[in-house]
Amino acid sequence: MAAHTATSFTDKVLVSDEVAEFSPEVIDEMKAHVAKYPAERSRSALIPLLFVVQRERGGWLDNPGVNFLAKFLNLEVTDVWETATFYSMFNLRPVGRHHIQICKTLSCKIMGEPEITDHICTKLGIHPGETTEDGKFTVTMVECLGSCGTAPMMQIGFDYHEDLTTEKVDKILEACK
Amino acid sequence: MEIKAIGCEPLQLKLMHVKDGHTLKVYKDHGGYKALEKAFKMAPADVIEEVKTSALRGRGGAGFPTGMKWSFVPKETPKQKYVVCNADESEPGTFKDRYLMERDPHALIEGMIIAGWALGANTGFIYTRGEYKYLIDIMDVAIAEAREAGLIGKNILGSGLDFELYTHTGAGAYICGEETALLSSLEGYRGHPRMKPPFPAVEGVYASPTVVNNVETLTAVPQIINMGGTAWRDLGTEKSGGTKLWSVSGHVKKPGVYELPMGYADMEKFIMEDCGGMLRGDKKLKAVIPGGSSVYIMNAGQVIGKKVTMDYEGLVAGGSSVGSGGFIVMDETVDVMESTKNLTEFYKHESCGWCTPCREGTDWLVKIFNRISEGGGRPEDAQLMLDICDNIEGKSFCPLGDAAAWPIQSAIRQFPEDFKKWLVDKAQTSGVTANV
Repeated sequence: MAAHTATSFTDKVLVSDEVAEFSPEVIDEMKAHVAKYPAERSRSALIPLLFVVQRERGGWLDNPGVNFLAKFLNLEVTDVWETATFYSMFNLRPVGRHHIQICKTLSCKIMGEPEITDHICTKLGIHPGETTEDGKFTVTMVECLGSCGTAPMMQIGFDYHEDLTTEKVDKILEACK
Repeated sequence: MEIKAIGCEPLQLKLMHVKDGHTLKVYKDHGGYKALEKAFKMAPADVIEEVKTSALRGRGGAGFPTGMKWSFVPKETPKQKYVVCNADESEPGTFKDRYLMERDPHALIEGMIIAGWALGANTGFIYTRGEYKYLIDIMDVAIAEAREAGLIGKNILGSGLDFELYTHTGAGAYICGEETALLSSLEGYRGHPRMKPPFPAVEGVYASPTVVNNVETLTAVPQIINMGGTAWRDLGTEKSGGTKLWSVSGHVKKPGVYELPMGYADMEKFIMEDCGGMLRGDKKLKAVIPGGSSVYIMNAGQVIGKKVTMDYEGLVAGGSSVGSGGFIVMDETVDVMESTKNLTEFYKHESCGWCTPCREGTDWLVKIFNRISEGGGRPEDAQLMLDICDNIEGKSFCPLGDAAAWPIQSAIRQFPEDFKKWLVDKAQTSGVTANV
């Protein structure tokens, strides 16, 4: 599957030694995360910090961002990648400004997910796993997001949108700038 | 969506419909943090004893007796001890912890401080799935409020207990709901489960004694301390104490989160009356998965007229189990093989890849499902899938493997006609002649 979809991690990923820079405010935010854990266990902050880096680097984890974290937490670059590649919320390639994640698991599936997915993909002219040419939207199919009682649902960025109908989806997409 | 208690006073759901129930003030107005004061007057060992008496069992899915889990933590140890809340709620069909954290975050905080007192732990982490970021924000605000009020920090309420509490985020991995995988993730590693023993109670996070409890388990603790273990247990049955939240989704008129006393009589009544009956009146009940996707699927014949009792023993007798209490109700429009394929794709995606039976087994199961879907079904496929399940079940490193096998085993057992029909129909629509 991965080989011929745009979600493949092996294409177009540029490897570089460049190290990203962040503003003092962002560094403070990162330090606040690190402060939660015992001093010798700062690796515990890795996942929260990967989210910060992903947000600051335009929605995905690029090499410079990961290189920064390795230095910041005194880890090997491979340690950071090891963790980053495990979790589905870390984007290893660029995504659109609005990352639409449609829940495809059972309760959503039987409550109308296929219709919602078709509607969104037709409207945007892309398949799941792809990004619109203008870089505005990416559609990803994801596993259960814990909104089964309000199925079907999707998450755009971190925002939950539940009890979806095609009309509701239209309004939500229109509101995306 | 409904959020209400049936057959009992709302305990877990007490503040669900109270304005600003998430704030410290309203929580206190409704008797909040009284249990903490009471617990501080008890010896830690007596708090554990009270939880044992209550017959509270872990609400995350495994149903392990909570008091016993707590008692495994060594009393005398030079190490720091930890309380970790498992808020990784990712079991398909389960969405109860979400509402507890959203609308009653202080109940969780109070439960965790009491656990800290009982166990002699000074630090707590709330490990929340990454997708629930809005809940982490809510918890952070509530924790800050509690800290401001002197309920978190040094020498809480003059008890001598120092307790710090932090939120921690996951990043999209079902496996991190397994407690040892959660601890790996909390340490910043891939979410791989760890060998047991040593159990987390002895060597958990940072190789220190750790108790990992589900949100609903911890929010039950203040209730138990308030009313006493015996009174709380008596709300339910002798072996399954208290009340339980059930997340209901699928083809019912009133999906939602329901609080029922353990031992609630009759699952059929629950679906057909309490949840408003079938979503489409003309469609009959076909299947129910009562405990989140990782339990045996039940066919209508196992539910209708069978008076299945909703507690640990009752559901096992009825042919399934409580699990996380995630009810997925399906009417006759659902092809059970399609639904099982959907869940198998879930387990394949979520298998952490650590052990071979689960990683390879779930992959092969999906491949076979896909082949049948494309019309290439073979008469021996049912047996082939059962054989693969047999090679996963009990042979994987952690229970995710078992959870992947059970839906398929039970679907083939309870819906043999669906499976047969599936093989034939898929073959016919693709123009291949099936030989079933």
